[in-house]
Amino acid sequence: MLRLRGVLGVAAACLIAAGNALAAMGDDPLQSPQWTDLKDRYLGTAKVVFDPRVAVSGPKVAEDSMNVPVGIRITGLPDVRRVLVIADLNPIVKVLEFSSKGAMPSLHFRMKLQQGSPVRAMAQTADGVWHVGGIWIDASGGGCTAPSVGRSSANWTETLGQVQSRVWQGEAQSRVKLSIMHPMDTGLAPGIPAFYIERLSLQDASGKEWMTIDTFEPVSENPVFSFDFKGSPPAGLTLVGRDNNGNRISARVAQ
Amino acid sequence: MIAASLRILARGVFVAVTLGASLHSTHLAAESLDYRLEPRRIADDTWVLIGKTEDFSRSNGGNIVNTAFVVTTDGVVVVDSGPSRLYAEQLRRAIARITPKPVIRVFNTHHHPDHFLGNQVFADVPTAALATTISGQRQEGVAFVDNVYRLSGDWIKGTESTPARETVGAGVTAIGNHEFELIALSGHTEGDLVLFDRSTGVLFAGDLVFYNRAPTTPHATMAQWFAALDRLDAISYRMLVPGHGDPVSDRRAVEQTRRYLRWVERALREAAERGDEMAEVLGLAVPAEFSAIPLSREEFARSVAHLYRRYEAGTLGRPQ
Repeated sequence: MLRLRGVLGVAAACLIAAGNALAAMGDDPLQSPQWTDLKDRYLGTAKVVFDPRVAVSGPKVAEDSMNVPVGIRITGLPDVRRVLVIADLNPIVKVLEFSSKGAMPSLHFRMKLQQGSPVRAMAQTADGVWHVGGIWIDASGGGCTAPSVGRSSANWTETLGQVQSRVWQGEAQSRVKLSIMHPMDTGLAPGIPAFYIERLSLQDASGKEWMTIDTFEPVSENPVFSFDFKGSPPAGLTLVGRDNNGNRISARVAQ
Repeated sequence: MIAASLRILARGVFVAVTLGASLHSTHLAAESLDYRLEPRRIADDTWVLIGKTEDFSRSNGGNIVNTAFVVTTDGVVVVDSGPSRLYAEQLRRAIARITPKPVIRVFNTHHHPDHFLGNQVFADVPTAALATTISGQRQEGVAFVDNVYRLSGDWIKGTESTPARETVGAGVTAIGNHEFELIALSGHTEGDLVLFDRSTGVLFAGDLVFYNRAPTTPHATMAQWFAALDRLDAISYRMLVPGHGDPVSDRRAVEQTRRYLRWVERALREAAERGDEMAEVLGLAVPAEFSAIPLSREEFARSVAHLYRRYEAGTLGRPQ
């Protein structure tokens, strides 16, 4: 009897807590208790719609919480100005923000997840409306508070900022994939300050920007990005960037 | 302020739900924390305990692995100690139901948690493994216990990582009336110990061989694994005990493991050469030949996380 009452008590507590949380979730398809708060913080009072044209792909379960692959693909949504990517339950919520100024509105990257969380792409169109898509990725955790792997090697400073790249030319579109050597320290591992790439820009020979990305601590160590272009990528494509310590990144994209 | 209170609220929901769930499972568990280990005799003096072809869960308690024992005239030799303290205690009771002889030796085939987390129950017995295996147990054992506890809950209570205490290498060793050939290989992990009982013709292959359960790759090196499988094919065994799945009396388990791994390797290499991204590779179709094998979809996704970057790195241009 005693046990029964205990169980009932917990069940009642569950119902009350769940009821309160439900109100906070609003119409979020991912049913995250953080959503209403995050929406206010990042999107303000602008109109927000959940939109299947903003597709996020990734694993159901993060096998390696330091390198969780995420793909953003936006199709059939005109005039996308910028795209914010957030992970609701990460200690650092904002992952990156990109703006495809001539590249297709899609991006692949890898990120750190501290625990299971919604991962969302929020695309703002020219009319100011935010179009939101996302998935839930389960994770055993620890991705943000562990030191970067490269820190254990003595010569990581020698390769800092090195870029490797390649272009794949398809029939209708092309892909640029590139990797950058950088520890991307979150500042959450004891004794290691935040040290991460802040800004990346793909520019053509004339200096015109085709894609810009503001990156934050949750982006994986030695990040890999893939960008897609209609037809071929512009000639003389260069990657230019900097980290939060003022180190410059500059490399020609291999054609 | 709103953010903080919402976060507390969120955590409150989580705690309440898990507390409810764990009360429920403790109630069930009191009656049923029994792995129901049933030794199956596969050759003279030789018994195996066949685990489920599943991943760790709260219902199977980690009984997802094959362990085995050989009753020699000197005493009992145990191959792998299972996923938990509780499992190994029940394993010792299962052995005692078969023979009054004492356990005199435990071998760990490799350092993965389901194969050695029962070692602490054999504190009175020499526990032996390859040097690379012991080093892996020392480095990762504690984290393994945390992870297995997260996946299987109460079954893992009281389990402590206890690395093997004695280093063995390749060679032939006689124990009682049985002659064992110890074969030091690698590929599934850095150290994969295979035991061939020359007296009965039984080959204990560890996780170099999976049968009707998709192979796992968190510490895999493909080229070494293929070489190890070729080496196993050169042995004339009468019965092969895989690390996971039913024992077989022919080559089919080795062949299935080889064909699956070849597909994984080819799929990842071709995807990398096409410029595919990891999130895209996760969606590749599993061929009909393997789609009926339990966990092939899940293990392929895990293998993408373990291995894809190695294939991808080779496709990018020179550093600049």
